[in-house]
Amino acid sequence: MADWVEACAVDDVEEEDVIRFDHGGRSFAVYRSPDDEFFATDGYCTHEKAHLADGLVMDDIIECPKHNGRFNYKTGAAKGAPVCVNLATYPVKIEAGKVMIQI
Amino acid sequence: MTTMAKKRDYSLVGESTRAAIETGLASAEWYHTDVPRKAMKELMQRSDGPAIRDTIIWLAVIVASAAGIVWFWGTWWVLPFLFVYGVLYGSSSDSRWHECGHGTAFRTRWMNDVVYHIASFMLMRNPVQWRWSHARHHTDTIIVGRDAEIAVMRPPDLLKAALAFTGILDFRYSLPTLVRQAFGTLSDEEKSYIPEMEQHKAVVAARWHVAIYVATIALAIALKSWIPLVLIGLPRLYGTWHMVTTGLLQHIGLADNVVDHRLNTRTVYMNPISRFIYWNMNYHVEHHMFPMVPYHALPSLHELIKHDLPEPNPSMWHAYREVWPVLLRQLRYEDFYLKRELPPTARPYRGEFHEVDMSAAAE
Repeated sequence: MADWVEACAVDDVEEEDVIRFDHGGRSFAVYRSPDDEFFATDGYCTHEKAHLADGLVMDDIIECPKHNGRFNYKTGAAKGAPVCVNLATYPVKIEAGKVMIQI
Repeated sequence: MTTMAKKRDYSLVGESTRAAIETGLASAEWYHTDVPRKAMKELMQRSDGPAIRDTIIWLAVIVASAAGIVWFWGTWWVLPFLFVYGVLYGSSSDSRWHECGHGTAFRTRWMNDVVYHIASFMLMRNPVQWRWSHARHHTDTIIVGRDAEIAVMRPPDLLKAALAFTGILDFRYSLPTLVRQAFGTLSDEEKSYIPEMEQHKAVVAARWHVAIYVATIALAIALKSWIPLVLIGLPRLYGTWHMVTTGLLQHIGLADNVVDHRLNTRTVYMNPISRFIYWNMNYHVEHHMFPMVPYHALPSLHELIKHDLPEPNPSMWHAYREVWPVLLRQLRYEDFYLKRELPPTARPYRGEFHEVDMSAAAE
């Protein structure tokens, strides 16, 4: 059974941005979309080891800082070369101003 | 102490490849200058405006100079039009290929893709193969045995480097490569960086390119005219000199097998025309450290991090004068390289991977 874990406070993430969250030896990326929704994915790009929290959020896309590979962070879908493998996504909920992710 | 220079193996499936993977040089963590997230976010922002403006200018001048070539064909007046057309087709296409390949030139994805494919065709580059080779170039910049885009290997072949300005060697490599790929054959080296699921796309792309060249040759024969070939294909020869002049400076004479772009990459101040042709890739250390930053924001990035980088060369002439004696020294001692001084405000180079005994070079 996956656990809900507190990743950060709502205000820690700017609108249309992403932050890093490490937990239990794993790394995640927590996103805040332009329409103020929160999402979570694995932290590292599926192409090579670059952390997506250093990348750029544009609408529903996260672009990897290393090779500009793009994913839809809402679905995890890889959007073309050089990323070919989808990103794992995780359920998110907001509780008392905290962003909780189920991992 | 005298050290025997070790011969480099530039194959992507050879001894150096194995050594780079074993020592951790391949896919390593690279040095980055600290930039606050807020500032980096601003610099990374995409916009269609600058690239649309530049692309309209680029294509308009290409069409106008092509018209001039057709109109003045057979007279000396054709020469200035050939000069302009050649550089825009055979050199500017490289920076357009590069920026659109990164997906940073335009905000809109399809615009990047359209210009990327046009520029790839102009360069006789397979758009699929080169997208992957360039990803490798950014992962393993000038790592011997890993980087597929090392322009001048060591010891330097100066004749080859000189011929590069004419485009002859590239032409001789690119066209047969496209034909081979069009027949469905990828080399072992190409397969080493193009994922299996993408390899068929490389074959399809090569077939499109070859088909257009066949059609161009057929048109030239039908019209009994050189003009179709002068406009499509041959600019890769007569217009490539600017791309080589600017592009060679990116890494030549600097370190290899290091994980700090300040050691293996060069920033050179250039005149505004060359910067338009080159789309600001003269800020090359900045580009390699932060490939997410679009070409039009590189001057701002440069201002922000220059305290942590070696002093840029003030001109292309200065950079070539600096690198020439290094190349001559590398003929005798290939481990020699130009280690550029950092300003006192910079964080020092890390020792790991970066210490090369150059005592033999001084003898």
